[in-house]
Amino acid sequence: MSRQISYAQAINEATMVAMERDSRMLCFGLGMDDPKRIFGTTGGLVEAFGRERVFDMPTSEAGMTGIAIGASLDGARCLMTHQRLDFFLLALDQLVNNAAKWQYMFGGQSSPVRLVIRLILGRGWGQGPTHSQSLQSWFAHIPGLKVVMPTFPADAKGLLLSGIFDDNPVLFLEHRWLHNLQGPVPEGDHRIPLGRAAVLSQGTDITIVSMSYMTVEAMHAVNVLREAGVSVDLIDLRSIRPLDWDTVLASVRKTGRLLAIDTSHAMCSVASEVVATATGECFSAMKSAPRRLTVPDHPSPTSPALAERFYPRAEDIVMTVADMLGVGIDTSPLLAARISPHDVPGDWFKGPF
Amino acid sequence: MSLFDPTAAFPRRELLLQMKRLRGLEEAIAARYPEGQMRCPVHLSTGQEAVSAAVGLVLRPSDLAVSGHRAHIHYLGKGGSMPRMVAEIYGKATGCSRGKGGSMHLIDESVGFKGSTAIVGGTVPVGTGLGLSIKRRGTDQVACVFLGDAVVEEGVFFESVNFAVLHQLPVLYVCENNLFSVYSPLTVRQPTGRAIHEMVAGLGIPAAAGDGNNPEAVYAACREAVAGIRAGRGPVFLEFATYRWREHCGPHFDNHIGYRSEEEFLAWKDRDPVVTYQRKLLDVAAVTEADVAGMDQAVADEVAAAFAFAESSPFPPGCTAADDIYATGAIG
Repeated sequence: MSRQISYAQAINEATMVAMERDSRMLCFGLGMDDPKRIFGTTGGLVEAFGRERVFDMPTSEAGMTGIAIGASLDGARCLMTHQRLDFFLLALDQLVNNAAKWQYMFGGQSSPVRLVIRLILGRGWGQGPTHSQSLQSWFAHIPGLKVVMPTFPADAKGLLLSGIFDDNPVLFLEHRWLHNLQGPVPEGDHRIPLGRAAVLSQGTDITIVSMSYMTVEAMHAVNVLREAGVSVDLIDLRSIRPLDWDTVLASVRKTGRLLAIDTSHAMCSVASEVVATATGECFSAMKSAPRRLTVPDHPSPTSPALAERFYPRAEDIVMTVADMLGVGIDTSPLLAARISPHDVPGDWFKGPF
Repeated sequence: MSLFDPTAAFPRRELLLQMKRLRGLEEAIAARYPEGQMRCPVHLSTGQEAVSAAVGLVLRPSDLAVSGHRAHIHYLGKGGSMPRMVAEIYGKATGCSRGKGGSMHLIDESVGFKGSTAIVGGTVPVGTGLGLSIKRRGTDQVACVFLGDAVVEEGVFFESVNFAVLHQLPVLYVCENNLFSVYSPLTVRQPTGRAIHEMVAGLGIPAAAGDGNNPEAVYAACREAVAGIRAGRGPVFLEFATYRWREHCGPHFDNHIGYRSEEEFLAWKDRDPVVTYQRKLLDVAAVTEADVAGMDQAVADEVAAAFAFAESSPFPPGCTAADDIYATGAIG
């Protein structure tokens, strides 16, 4: 059995490896070296590399993004972290008008923007309207950016290292509910190429495309569906831009059915893009209308009473697939297996964020 | 800090020649813009040559600089290629940004000009980040950030200067206060009686103001500031009063449309930085009439050659429109 570590430890390892490999790399963010070390993801960094390279920063999301761009243009790779994606919205001008455009608007005559921005997605425990937004489709809309959303610890390490050593700005969206997920992770400089999805299960009845934490729910659903005799191609996108269309389209051509799951709202979502492209490319292979499963078209509420039905869960995936296939499937084993309240990922999570 | 040391020597001929180059190029663009071959917005700096000429002469080629939308003469002052800039405005493949950027997106990394962009204040943090990297590399380079009076109304300005002060970064902020943001005067944007450099000094950065139409005043202030920055004494902010003669965007004069007066323009034109300085150098016999004529001819030749280069260059093939979205290999 290979070594198992958590998603948070995998991010920490990737950062350590990158900082060792590139002595000019800088690593900063609010709380970077505080006692909590960003949910444990930045532990040991300042001790290993010093305050010149690993530092806390002013509460200046926009300015610090531009500063990261500038430092990278002078050859210093930057890894910047935000404990919630929502705060990073203050920096959209720097991200969209500068980081994403720098290569293009200077006709490739500039130094590269070597910048990775870690954005943590909140969920549950009352994170509410402004601490739980999942805006991958905003970023993926912009040519010049790359966007990844790893689900498993090994992918987190591999995609973070590939992102850091890419010559372009990369948004690394990590779901707070994945930080404690354990899994096998290779030691050392383990990289996973950007733009390649992972096929987690092979089947012939339906293609499920998912990302980030929703892939965990989808895996539970796939197990129940398998028991009911439904075989699923489960694709974990890992990378949102570039998106692995070859894998997605080949699967849809094979199964003829598509369910696209998203951590965000349906309107203008990655799930919508997957459905649109797959429909356009695989129309003649489609056996039923493709579907999307997303959060509802309203902000995330705070009260646990209001939030209970906000996030789709494994049973919703099962019921959607059953509906698409016209079969009845009992979800009671899934519901019986739930041991945690709906607003936490497990016993390890005690809040507050 | 003292702004002006009258005993120090100045590169007078270079200052005059450089201002003439900047004036000559901008006025040639204004003259030829109606031909319809420069098919992008242009923000001309006629009247503001003293700052770009002097700052450019104080900085070394190894120093770095960034700027905003009105950047032609910052780029030229820093040593950027004139033919490649004109070709960029013409949208040609030989342009400094290979036709992708136009007038508002200039770059020449070979002389340390790291880029100008169109969003007000957008490069202030970028220039500050250049300073962060320089400091970590431990050289005596300076990162120069050119900005206008409206930039100090943007949040990233404060965020950037705060960080530069906090980390004592080697950054020179050069603010050209030309009194207008498009058609909006300072009076509707900032409180009357509050000087920009005095407000900025409150952030903890040494800040001073000077006459932006006097190239020696600008040169002296920048020389002193840059010496301190190279010695590790942290960032400096300099504000220079000056005036853009032509419209915000385009080749015309616009004193008749109602947002500023002909009298105000004429008062500033009376203090034309190029003519005033030339007269001064002639008066003290630092240059001769023959020198001046030689400079004028050299500038006319250089500008004509730059336009000839641009006009004779090919357009980029349409199939390159999707190139350079991503960097594909290690450049720097």
